[in-house]
Amino acid sequence: MQKVSREILVDKAISLLNQGVVKAVFGWRKGEFDYDVTPAVFTTEKDIKENFVFNGFCGANFSKYLVAKTVNFDGKILVFLKSCDTYSFNQLLTEHRFDREKVYAVGIPCDGMADISKVKEIAGDGVSKIDFEGDMMKVTTLYQDEPVEIKLGDVLLERCYNCKSKKHVAYDELIGEDGEVLDSNRFDEVAKLEAMTPDERFAFWQGELSKCLRCNACRDVCPACTCEKCVFDNPNSGVENKAAANSFEEKMFHIIRAFHVAGRCTDCGECSRVCPQNIPLHLLNRKFIKDINQFYGEYQAGEQVGSRAPLVNYTTEDVEPCDVFKGGEENA
Amino acid sequence: MQVEEYKPLIVAFCCNWCSYAGADLAGNNRLNYPADVKIIRVPCSCRVNPMFILRAFQRGADGVILCGCHPGDCHYTSGNYYTRRRMALLFSMLDYLGIERERTRVEWVSAAEGAKFAATMNDFAQKVASLGKNKRLEDLRCKK
Amino acid sequence: MRKCSIDNINDVLKALSEKIPLYLPVDRLDGKATYQKYQEGKVWSNALNTERSAKDFFFPQMENLVEFKTQGKNVEVIDIRDEKQDFIIFGVRACDVKSFEILDRVFLSQPVDTFYKSRREHGIIFSLACSKPNETCFCSVFNIDATAPAGDVTLWKTETEVFFKANTEKGEKILSEIDSLTTECGEETVNEQREKTKKILSKLPLSDLDLTNFGVGKTKALFDSPLWKEMSSTCLGCGTCTFVCPTCQCYDIKEFKVGDKVTRFRCWDSCMYSDFTKMAHGNPRLTQAERFRQRFMHKLVYYPDNNDGLFSCVGCGRCLSKCPISMNIVKVIKRVGGKENE
Repeated sequence: MQKVSREILVDKAISLLNQGVVKAVFGWRKGEFDYDVTPAVFTTEKDIKENFVFNGFCGANFSKYLVAKTVNFDGKILVFLKSCDTYSFNQLLTEHRFDREKVYAVGIPCDGMADISKVKEIAGDGVSKIDFEGDMMKVTTLYQDEPVEIKLGDVLLERCYNCKSKKHVAYDELIGEDGEVLDSNRFDEVAKLEAMTPDERFAFWQGELSKCLRCNACRDVCPACTCEKCVFDNPNSGVENKAAANSFEEKMFHIIRAFHVAGRCTDCGECSRVCPQNIPLHLLNRKFIKDINQFYGEYQAGEQVGSRAPLVNYTTEDVEPCDVFKGGEENA
Repeated sequence: MQVEEYKPLIVAFCCNWCSYAGADLAGNNRLNYPADVKIIRVPCSCRVNPMFILRAFQRGADGVILCGCHPGDCHYTSGNYYTRRRMALLFSMLDYLGIERERTRVEWVSAAEGAKFAATMNDFAQKVASLGKNKRLEDLRCKK
Repeated sequence: MRKCSIDNINDVLKALSEKIPLYLPVDRLDGKATYQKYQEGKVWSNALNTERSAKDFFFPQMENLVEFKTQGKNVEVIDIRDEKQDFIIFGVRACDVKSFEILDRVFLSQPVDTFYKSRREHGIIFSLACSKPNETCFCSVFNIDATAPAGDVTLWKTETEVFFKANTEKGEKILSEIDSLTTECGEETVNEQREKTKKILSKLPLSDLDLTNFGVGKTKALFDSPLWKEMSSTCLGCGTCTFVCPTCQCYDIKEFKVGDKVTRFRCWDSCMYSDFTKMAHGNPRLTQAERFRQRFMHKLVYYPDNNDGLFSCVGCGRCLSKCPISMNIVKVIKRVGGKENE
């Protein structure tokens, strides 16, 4: 169960819609099961009442949708933003990717979102029903007589497990109380990899990246990836490819994808959430964030609108590329 | 059959204003550096996009070196400062993926530093040669 | 019908793989199953199905077709096809077995795709009956019997035994080669399992999907539905659904050039991509709504139109669990088919 209930969000959406403040609402639409909620645009009270859901599976970040949806849209759109989503929201505003005037942002508290594959690891296949009670969920399956009780904290998405901030950095209105920026252990995994030998690291990434299907979901969901035409989709770029023909192309795609959002990535974790092959893509992005923090000072993309990203900035005292392997002591 | 001595293929991106002139000076002074260093002239070291580095490896380079003006001397005032940040992050990422860190380098070479250019290339080629062929960032389709 | 103890299954796999390369679902480090080549130490996964479908064996994601070499003004065309060898795919579920039939109708109809054909002829399929279907399964909607899948050999797995039944000559031949490892048996246990599974299948949440509004001749009725736009409004345009789908068969042909050598290859393409079927004039489907419609209309209307009413979906449920926004063919069938609120 989330701190804020579905009813509160539904009432808020309907009242704003009926008052004429907004003309459309971004929300989560119920699916076939309790966990397969779909991001959707609602425009009528009836639709919201019948189909709007909010539960522990509403991980989708709406920020990126605003880029396409606010263009040519007459009026305001209501969007519900969890704390992590607000960072992406700000980052997109920094990059002038959508018109702030067309958006009515409501910040909502979040207790973390669950990962259905982790739920299934515990409860087994055939999940037919999930009921939330406090911070527990009761999972009914086809194969067990009694529902399996699971603590939300045990099945969180990786990004929620290492939540960086419960603080909302952008909103027009906030439901509930604001949280704090948290001390997370999100760089632990990166540090663990860094401590390995190059051979081990190579084997690790070779194994992970070779799973890649090149479905581009990581790129397409990424709120920082908002190029009109991606270099990997452009037949004139010379590097366009639809399938990774070999291990080089796998690496190139993932290095360039992560590099292109370096300094702009808010670590929202959508890339890893959507990957159909469970590649820990956030570990690439976090490596850049960790390096940036270490070499150029702490920087959180999206914390403030208008902040200058580290890669479009410099100081005359920056660490030399040949010194980065020493861990950048000079700047630490 | 005699086994051919392994010579690494090195791609050197050189900025038009300093390093390329530095390479020129090295030539004028008849300084030796390996013939396997292929120089690609770029308007500024900042022109080099991470994709260039990766593509050089794909197309068969065993080592990639990027040469630009000394920090503070950029013809365009600040291009090489951006390069410095970009390459610091890129090289760190390549290392993170397990690519040998000696295969990439950034060196600042001014137009007056012909000797430094030659020495850098000699040193770099030697280091890369000791690593052997680039296996971790190779594209088999590009092999003969 | 023959059987062996589950403890001896590794001996069977070993014996089979000694003659012919054998691929079977093996758990990856992250616990998900993928097809891997059998060798000592590989353990047959208990997972319901593999992450990627079995279509990879006949229609791989990337495949070189031909090479060209230029010398002056001459172009030499090099056929790079290698001799294909027989191979066994072990443990293919009923849905994936059915997908081969759907792919066959595309690739083996005139003009025959010879690359696909040679792989198909060399593949020996050991299918595996389901006993524990997932909530996302809906193969029964397409009249697929998950308890007795087709294939050269059908397998049933219980907690203690594995049963083998040959359906084709090829299957009989290969089973006879492992006769010493299996014993003849009756069909009682298998039938018992089948009955039990059928009961579960009939109770699955998606078993009552209604396809009456789809199929032959429904193009006009469905094409202009406003729901395509609404339902696709949050589609990311990624290729996940098409790449995990066992029946998606669209590909692109591309070239890779190095010096005087050009390699022509094909790779999977996705109708969800903005550059799908891009032609000189541009892209025929400009918006995501059109691309989204194309995918589902192809599976549920166009394909049946051209293939005697056969739907191009097997209900494996991969797209249900993999779509980043949980939009999928079931939701389309229910909403566009007008049965959502029943």
